[in-house]
Amino acid sequence: MAYKIASMSQASQLHFCTTANVSLNAEEIVVKVTRGFKGKQPDSGATTDRVPPGQYVTEEFPILTAGPTQQTPLDSWSLALQNGGQLLARWNWTEFEALPQTERTFDIHCVTKWSKLNTRWRGVMFDDLLKAVGLASAPLMYVMAHCDGGYTTNLPVADLMDGKAMVATHFDGQPLSAIHGGPARMLVPHLYFWKSAKWVRRLVFMATNAPGFWESNGYHISGDPWREQRYSGD
Amino acid sequence: MYFPARRDWQVATATLFHEETARVRSITFETSAWAGHMAGQHVDIRLTADNGYQAQRSYSIASPAGEGPHVELTVERISDGEVSPFLTDELRIGETIELRGPIGGYFTWDPGSTLPLMLIAGGSGVVPLMSMLRTRHHTGSKVPTKLLYSSRSAEDIIYRDELDTLAGNHDHFCLFHTLTRSAPVGWQGQTRRVDREMLAQVGFDPAAKPQVFVCGPTSFVETVADQLVGLGHGESAIKTERFGPTGDNR
Repeated sequence: MAYKIASMSQASQLHFCTTANVSLNAEEIVVKVTRGFKGKQPDSGATTDRVPPGQYVTEEFPILTAGPTQQTPLDSWSLALQNGGQLLARWNWTEFEALPQTERTFDIHCVTKWSKLNTRWRGVMFDDLLKAVGLASAPLMYVMAHCDGGYTTNLPVADLMDGKAMVATHFDGQPLSAIHGGPARMLVPHLYFWKSAKWVRRLVFMATNAPGFWESNGYHISGDPWREQRYSGD
Repeated sequence: MYFPARRDWQVATATLFHEETARVRSITFETSAWAGHMAGQHVDIRLTADNGYQAQRSYSIASPAGEGPHVELTVERISDGEVSPFLTDELRIGETIELRGPIGGYFTWDPGSTLPLMLIAGGSGVVPLMSMLRTRHHTGSKVPTKLLYSSRSAEDIIYRDELDTLAGNHDHFCLFHTLTRSAPVGWQGQTRRVDREMLAQVGFDPAAKPQVFVCGPTSFVETVADQLVGLGHGESAIKTERFGPTGDNR
C-alpha cells in the first residue's frame, strides 16, 4: 500500500522507496523521513538478518506481564496435556524432569519491540511430549496453553512441532525464575514472545483456532514477527 | 473481546509541547484519522532516518478517552534511548512523525464502571493513569478514586498542578504522593518507597472490590502487585503495565 504523505515542507523531506518485506505482491511503500533522526543504527549488517522489522536488540531481559507474578511451588506444580476434555497425561515436576531434556539457543522477539539474541534454554520439546503419550502426530490442529493466573494463548500445532517449541524450565543454565515464567513456560521463539506463555500448566488440543488472552485484547491471532503481525488486523 | 480494525501508520503533526519536568515533555499530535481511544491505551511511534533506517516504540496516551484528532503523549527522556531523546529534544512544532493506534485492550478503564478505582504509579508510569483520571473528570464519573504516585523528588512529579486541581474538585478523588529520594522542606506527603503498610493505609479495602491499575518500572510493579495480592486483592482485579523495555535499569 502506498502512504499518502501530507508534507509540511517538501524541501526538507526526502522521499524514498523501500520494498515491503512480506506478501506475494511486494509493493512499494513511500516512507516519510523524520528530520533530525539518526537512531542507533547497527555498525554492520552482522545481526540485521536476525532482527525482524521494527525490532531492536537489547542485552537485557525485560519483564512484561498483564498481572501479578505467579508463584507456584514445585511440589504442587504439574503440567497436563489434554485432547479437548480428555486428559492425555499429567506430569508432576519429578516426572517432567525425567522426560527427555533438550538445550537449545534461540533469538526471541517481544511485540513491545525488543529482541534478544542467543538466549539459551533447556526444557522438553513439544515433540517429546507427544512421544511420551504415544502419539505419532497431534490429534487436533491447534493448542490453547493455559497458565497460572488465568493467562491463555493459542498456538497452531504446526508452530509447535518439528523442533520449533518447548516447555522450558531453565534459562542460561539456571532454573527459570518466577518473573520469567518459572517453573515452566512455553518457548515458541519464532513467534512474538507473548506466545511463549509464562507459568504454563495445561496444553489443550482444540479443533479450531480461538484467541487467547492478548489475541482477544487487540493483538494478532498468529504473531509472526517476520511478517510484523503485532496487532489485530496486521 | 476487542478486535479493532487494522491500525495503519499515519502522519501526525506536533502541535503543542508542554515541559512537565526537566526530563519529561508532553506532546500533542494532530492526527489525520483518529478512531478514538480508551483510557490506558498506547500508540506506536515510527521514526525514519534519511537512509531508511527506522525505529519504533510504544508510548502511552495521556489525553482523555475518545478525543480526536488531537492525541497527547507524555515522553520521558531516556539518556541513552533511541527515540525518546528525539521526541523530547529534537522534534519541533509543526514537524511530523508517523504513529499508529490506539493499541491494547486490557490495561484500560471504562468510565461506565461503578467499581472504586485504585491507581498506583511509579515515575512516568503515571501517564496512562492520567488518561484515566482525565477521562473520569471529563465524563463526570464519581466513582471513588485514589492515585498513589511515587516520584524521586518533587521536581520529578509529572502533571503536578493538574493533579492538585483534580484533587481539589471534591468529587471523590484522593491524591497521595510519595517521594523516594529527596523531599522539599515542609513536604506533607510520604517519603519512602511504596510498601505494604502504605498500600494498606492509602488503598481501598479489598472488600470494596476496587479495580487496580499499577504502572511503572518493572521492580516497582513487581513489588506493588505482590503486596496487593498479599493484602487480599484479587489477582484478576490487578492490571499491570511495565515500562518496556528497560524499565528497572534506567
